[in-house]
Amino acid sequence: MSEAKFSIGIDLGTTHCALAFVDIAACDGEKTSHGILDIPQLTAPGAVEASPLLPSFLYLPHADELAAGDLTLPWSDQQTDAVGEFARSRGALTPIRLVSSAKSWLCHAGVDRRAAILPSEAPPEVARVSPLEATTRYLKHLRQAWDHAHPEAPFDQQDVTVTIPASFDPAAREFTLEAAQAAGYGALTLLEEPQAALYNWIQASAGGWRKDVKPGEIILVIDVGGGTSDFSLIAVLEREGTLELHRVAVGDHILLGGDNMDLTLAHVVARKLAAEGKQLDPWQMRALTYACRAAKENLLGDAALQAQPIVVPSRGSKLIGGSIKTELTQAEVQSTILEGFFPEVAADSRPVSRTRSGLTQLGLPYAQDAGVTRHLAALLGRQVSATAELAGFVGNTSADASFLHPTAVLFNGGVFKSNILAQRTLGTLNGWLAAEQAAAARMLAGADLDLAVARGAAYYGYVRRGQGVRIRGGTARAYYVAIESSMPAIPGMEPPIQALCVAPFGMEEGTEADLQSQEFGLIVGAPVHLRFFGSSTRRQDHIGTLLDFWQPDELQELGEIHATLPAEGRQPGETVQVTLRAVATETGTLALTAVATQSDEHWKVEFDVRSNG
Amino acid sequence: MTQPNQPLNTAPQEPTFFRRVPIAFGAFFSILSNPKFAARVERLQQGHEVAPNLATAPVAAAPAPVKAPNHDAALQLLGLLQRDARLIDFTQEDLSSYSDADIGGAARVVHEGCCKVLREHFSIAPVRAEAEGSRLTLEVGFDARAIRLTGNVLGQAPFKGSLSHRGWRATEVRLPTLAASHDSSILAQAEVEL
Repeated sequence: MSEAKFSIGIDLGTTHCALAFVDIAACDGEKTSHGILDIPQLTAPGAVEASPLLPSFLYLPHADELAAGDLTLPWSDQQTDAVGEFARSRGALTPIRLVSSAKSWLCHAGVDRRAAILPSEAPPEVARVSPLEATTRYLKHLRQAWDHAHPEAPFDQQDVTVTIPASFDPAAREFTLEAAQAAGYGALTLLEEPQAALYNWIQASAGGWRKDVKPGEIILVIDVGGGTSDFSLIAVLEREGTLELHRVAVGDHILLGGDNMDLTLAHVVARKLAAEGKQLDPWQMRALTYACRAAKENLLGDAALQAQPIVVPSRGSKLIGGSIKTELTQAEVQSTILEGFFPEVAADSRPVSRTRSGLTQLGLPYAQDAGVTRHLAALLGRQVSATAELAGFVGNTSADASFLHPTAVLFNGGVFKSNILAQRTLGTLNGWLAAEQAAAARMLAGADLDLAVARGAAYYGYVRRGQGVRIRGGTARAYYVAIESSMPAIPGMEPPIQALCVAPFGMEEGTEADLQSQEFGLIVGAPVHLRFFGSSTRRQDHIGTLLDFWQPDELQELGEIHATLPAEGRQPGETVQVTLRAVATETGTLALTAVATQSDEHWKVEFDVRSNG
Repeated sequence: MTQPNQPLNTAPQEPTFFRRVPIAFGAFFSILSNPKFAARVERLQQGHEVAPNLATAPVAAAPAPVKAPNHDAALQLLGLLQRDARLIDFTQEDLSSYSDADIGGAARVVHEGCCKVLREHFSIAPVRAEAEGSRLTLEVGFDARAIRLTGNVLGQAPFKGSLSHRGWRATEVRLPTLAASHDSSILAQAEVEL
């Protein structure tokens, strides 16, 4: 990719996408020349506007719904569906034709992600698309927007980085890569979003970050976007006189974001209206959600405000007579947002499982506990020993610490435009730290909350070429396959399983691990399925480590993996002995390969599109 | 948009006798001194109607006196103000039957929506950066299109006066591009729920 003129960073968000770029030739060391691409998109039938954000929505119109030319984009008049702002606004009125949250579906191991299942509530007449295809459409729109704006620098010849949640499992990473390839992307790299946010902070400091952090510090990145919450812990090390950044841990995948908060507030207000005998239809509910978002931002920005008026406009042309007036009070915002989503809990509190009507939607596994701070407490508690074996950290942490002590916090995501929410989160964390006689963590300033991830990704593409600091860390989990134990079968009991480590924690990009100790018999023509597990805490396990027993929260079961031997040149039913090889690819995915022991043949091990659970 | 050159006077007036005398003398000396003029008079006498030097003096060279309004952009802006601010709905209603509180509620929708349209589609900056009420001097050659003089408009520039309104200037316009087939006369589509 030496001919690439630009490093392009793409934030493939649950609710919004953005594209940033760095002009490689115009950069000098840590001073970069960069920008954001305004993405042309339909905003109304036949009307195209450019905006820095592309809403991640796909609308599948009825054949008679729009006039000829209504879907025309600057680069194509052959469109049959719409991506972006028009898709979102039109789809809000016709949800049966709207694909949303495709990214959450893409990492949902419980469904076939290549199957046409979206929109999930569409009647049979609507031709559905797969989560993979919807993701492909967003990525393709971004590529076409770039090529339209930069005919001199074709997209597929640039250095492209696409961001993913740190919590994405190997299958979801693989699907993201597959979608990018289907969208006509050339070589690309996947980067974790919290890392991208930190890269943006480094870039914005133009070299000054080295004065802001010291060796031995632990930076906590809290990224609460429109649809997901994502945490990462990054340690600052000193090696041979230069600062190094190591991502030491990532959080679980939590489907909980700013949209949930606005929707919850809208339900609070709708309940109030219902008590007055005013029922809202879905159109008014959407208008109410928008109004609540604006009122919430005002109320959270100024605690002295008692209430903000809310007007739900009428749907018909009688605006004055038909509008519904109400208000959102400071007390409602405080109890719903601060106490509901950012409660001041103790460090040992953990997310609880209970049903929440305001959050659940058909299909997606939304977080059952809305408390972002409880999810954070769980992560820090689980990762208490994340830095125990890191050079420069040995002896840093007191033995009686009940959770990992961050020293600095970087906020990301639109939710933290409200300073009150950022301060509440930081205050809660500092309460935990004070209880263990640790110094308070400070906030790293200067984050650009909406575009930081895209900007950071573009900057990462630039530093990968050898300019500036890189965050190291490798894979954030160790991976295991299940092996049936050789214990004698006991009637009525499932045979116990053992977990065999096939890829250790922290495999750096470009490295591979061969599992020689265990051979598997693959039967020609019959797929072999293996249960697959990941652990974000077992750092000490090596390849080949066989676990007989583990704590329930140590290993999470992921989607199955399977390998199928092609029948060419073999007898059906013949058994071939293979070993497993894991490769952490330069792209940022984990590749598993079955290698024949008797020949030099090898086959890709696929991540199953559907889990057995 | 430049309007095609249109004649501002309708029928050309015929000169009186006293006006014809100087024209005749002027023509006599012009024919003697200017061969091109002589050729044109000759063509006139041969019965050709005047087609004075169309090739060398194209019509477009004259300054365009008026601009044609751009209806599409105006309708488009009206559509945006209706979509985001319900401006047409608001102005089409009869206020007499509503209380001020009801009107105030609707006015919030209109105000917020108008702000959104202005913010998203225009960059607007004051013409003058000075605070209103402050004294300022307008030098010779100031832009009379951007600054309006009022009161004792006398004498010669530089003018000294106080700023009563800073003025507004659109520094950027970002209207959506429209498909060729788009009908901008539809300001808001009728909605039919199935």
